[in-house]
Amino acid sequence: MDILILLIPLSLAIVGVIAWIMLWATKSGQFDDLEGPAHSVIMDDDTPHPPRDTPQDKPTPLP
Amino acid sequence: MSNSPELVDAPSFSDCFHCGLPVPDGAHYPIQFEQQTKQACCRGCQAVAQTIIDSGQGAYYTHRTVLPATPREAEAELAQLGLYDLPEIQESFVRVEAENIREAALILENIVCAACIWLNERHIAGLPGVLSVEINYATRRARVRWDNSRIQLSAILKAVSDIGYIAHPFDPGRSDDIYKRERNTAIKRLAIAGLGMMQVMMYALPSYTATDMTDDIRLLMRWASLILTIPVVLYSAWPFFIGAWRDLKRRTLGMDVPVALGVGTAFVASVYATFFGHGEVYYDSVTMFIFLLLTGRFLEMNARRRAGAAVEELVKLIPAATTRLPNWPARDEEQVPVARLVVGDHVLVRPGETLPADGVVIDGDSAVSEAMLTGESLPVSKTIHSKVVGGSLNQASPLVVRVEKLGADTRLASIVRLLDRAQSEKPRIGQLADRAAAWFVGLLLLITVLVGVIWYVVDPSKVLWIVVSILVVTCPCALGLATPAALTTATGRLTRLGLLTTRGHALETLARATDLVFDKTGTLTLGRLSVRRVITLNGRSEEEVSALAAALEAGSEHPIAKALRQDRAEGERLAAYPSRVLREAAASTLTASQIRNTPGRGVEGTIGEQVYRLGAPRFAAPDHTPPEVADGASWVALAEGSELIAWFALADTPRADAPAALAALKAQGLRLHLLSGDAEGAVKTTAQQLGITDWHAGALPEDKLAYVKALQQQGRIVAMVGDGINDAPVLAGAQVSIAMGEGADVAQAAADMVMLGSRLATLADGVALARKTQHIIRQNLGWALGYNLIAIPAAAFGHVTPWLAGIGMSVSSLLVVLNALRLSDYKPSPIAAVPAPPTPLTAPR
Repeated sequence: MDILILLIPLSLAIVGVIAWIMLWATKSGQFDDLEGPAHSVIMDDDTPHPPRDTPQDKPTPLP
Repeated sequence: MSNSPELVDAPSFSDCFHCGLPVPDGAHYPIQFEQQTKQACCRGCQAVAQTIIDSGQGAYYTHRTVLPATPREAEAELAQLGLYDLPEIQESFVRVEAENIREAALILENIVCAACIWLNERHIAGLPGVLSVEINYATRRARVRWDNSRIQLSAILKAVSDIGYIAHPFDPGRSDDIYKRERNTAIKRLAIAGLGMMQVMMYALPSYTATDMTDDIRLLMRWASLILTIPVVLYSAWPFFIGAWRDLKRRTLGMDVPVALGVGTAFVASVYATFFGHGEVYYDSVTMFIFLLLTGRFLEMNARRRAGAAVEELVKLIPAATTRLPNWPARDEEQVPVARLVVGDHVLVRPGETLPADGVVIDGDSAVSEAMLTGESLPVSKTIHSKVVGGSLNQASPLVVRVEKLGADTRLASIVRLLDRAQSEKPRIGQLADRAAAWFVGLLLLITVLVGVIWYVVDPSKVLWIVVSILVVTCPCALGLATPAALTTATGRLTRLGLLTTRGHALETLARATDLVFDKTGTLTLGRLSVRRVITLNGRSEEEVSALAAALEAGSEHPIAKALRQDRAEGERLAAYPSRVLREAAASTLTASQIRNTPGRGVEGTIGEQVYRLGAPRFAAPDHTPPEVADGASWVALAEGSELIAWFALADTPRADAPAALAALKAQGLRLHLLSGDAEGAVKTTAQQLGITDWHAGALPEDKLAYVKALQQQGRIVAMVGDGINDAPVLAGAQVSIAMGEGADVAQAAADMVMLGSRLATLADGVALARKTQHIIRQNLGWALGYNLIAIPAAAFGHVTPWLAGIGMSVSSLLVVLNALRLSDYKPSPIAAVPAPPTPLTAPR
């Protein structure tokens, strides 16, 4: 039973770490949109990628 | 905020390079961009822009499509400085009613429950000079009217902050920000409470089950639980304590008082037990019911937001930026924020864009969808001189629109204002529930003390948790929520269906209505002529004469011509009696030449070899008398040379969906009446076609009023449908009035409800939804009362543990909101615009 004397404070520390992670997640916007990401995963990315081996066009001067 | 697909031109020199607002005189905040010096309006914009440019993201300024909604740096200080009192600042959110009467839309922060609304209403209404205040629970929007000569807006804002809330001028973007912030805080509180609860439970379980636990381990676990419970009580449960303190300071009893008392008592008792080593600890119960209560509130917050979504959606219809044509008729364009438009400006609205304001089409030809405003799903065609409404969506081709009404004067703003008013006005049943809830808490505290004393005598060891259970399990908030939640959802849904509720009592009364009185023939008819009947002479076929008539009238816009032509689009969309024959005729290849129009008389033209005359009998057939005078119809003659070949009877047409809509209303058990000032013939025909047995023609407004009063004396509840403008006294005489707002000024319609579109079936929807709403309000109140009646005795007899009490309370208020949300799923009745079969008047051939 003596091990509990170590384990209980340890559990407190772990809870503290988890709480910190949760607060950080909230602050950094992980919970801002709970539905969008679920859809964005299955959305097709249809934007054509430039072929790797051809050099990129020089940026055209902006109007 | 906006989604204008157009590139924003670099703002002109006098506008802030970053946010596009004008640079105040004397401000000097230079920004270096592409070897040029630009001006910013404030230090905030300067810093942001410089950061963007320095980090190599300068292309943002050449590519951005929408100006940022950057609030000016100074705005945060506006309230303190009293700048909100300046007319220029007030312009965007304050409506001037009379000389000194002002009305503002505010949004309140920190509202957590119905009690907060009540508190704010009381507090603001108590200020000298404030004329009225209405707060919408679901949207947290407040409408304040005040006398500017007696109180300033800044004083009102300050009064709100004095009681711990924050009021801002309403703007949809900010409302979103506030929601996001509140939601994040709620998630953090929930997370802390959840983690605390789980871990405390881990320590609590062994102490319930283990038999061989030593005292020092038990003590260690108690201390560990205490450490975990402290943040849960002090952070997660903090809003309950603040709320309770606020209530006590105001000498009122809200729902937070019993919760705070329960949490506080259990926590203090547990701490005492931990320190002195005797007595029970309740850390597991405390953390658990804090978690459950917060979960309930979190879900309720989301549900509430959904319930209030209708208004928000309407407000968001207006885009933030638009394309102005400053030198119209020259076509040079500039992008400006909608807030900077002035009446008389010309704006260019491209297809896919939303109209920024009410106005008149100056150039272009397009179809515009007003679905969000009227519930009408078909686009409306707009051409030069057509009126267009801000918030409607241009669908086909570009329109140039001259702005006539802006901001608070627009039709959309009126709709929002009226809907807000309706949602914040509580009907009788809601006021009753509010009063009951206040008494309820007082009674509850009394019961708790009594039960506590009794249990102290019976079994002192159980006193604490039973007292805590009673405090927590009761749920006055379900009582307070029952009505507003249902009303907000229902009125929001109805608005989207095209029936705007402007008064709080309207739904309740409409649900009880027994008689529906149509105040005008015009409410049931299109006000447009159509061919009722064709009489052919001399062996001509109906097809032939119809084709001839259509060809002769091909170029005319006269109502009679339109009726005779019945071109396909018109025929399908408008006419209840689209004669198949006439439509085919319109598509026929006959063309008339040498058409001569004699205004007021008719038209003459040549088809093939023959000269035809079509028009009034004295023009086309001077030697003949028309057939018998048909009911309400007028006759048009067609002559070939001098030989009369056909008569057309033209009459006003009932609306396409009228028969089905009226049948639906009858099926709902309503008695229908038609009162009209028109001549007997027309009224009789319309009434007979639509199956209305109680009709009166030639009725003066006094007659109509007397008729309504007579009905009311028989104990009937009368709902009246009129056009809402020139029949106000009659409408006011009915218990509930509905105005046909199509094209009319919504704000001036002195009615309890306004039909925004022209679908008559909306009426049937309105009645059905109103009844359903009453039903749900009763369910909610019944549930709230029943729950408390069962829960309190159960807790008093010791059958409810504190954590179970927490679940019970959360579930009871959540159920009320979810039940109300069922109203938003209401499906409109499937009454399509099915043309009624033409009723033959008399059909001699």
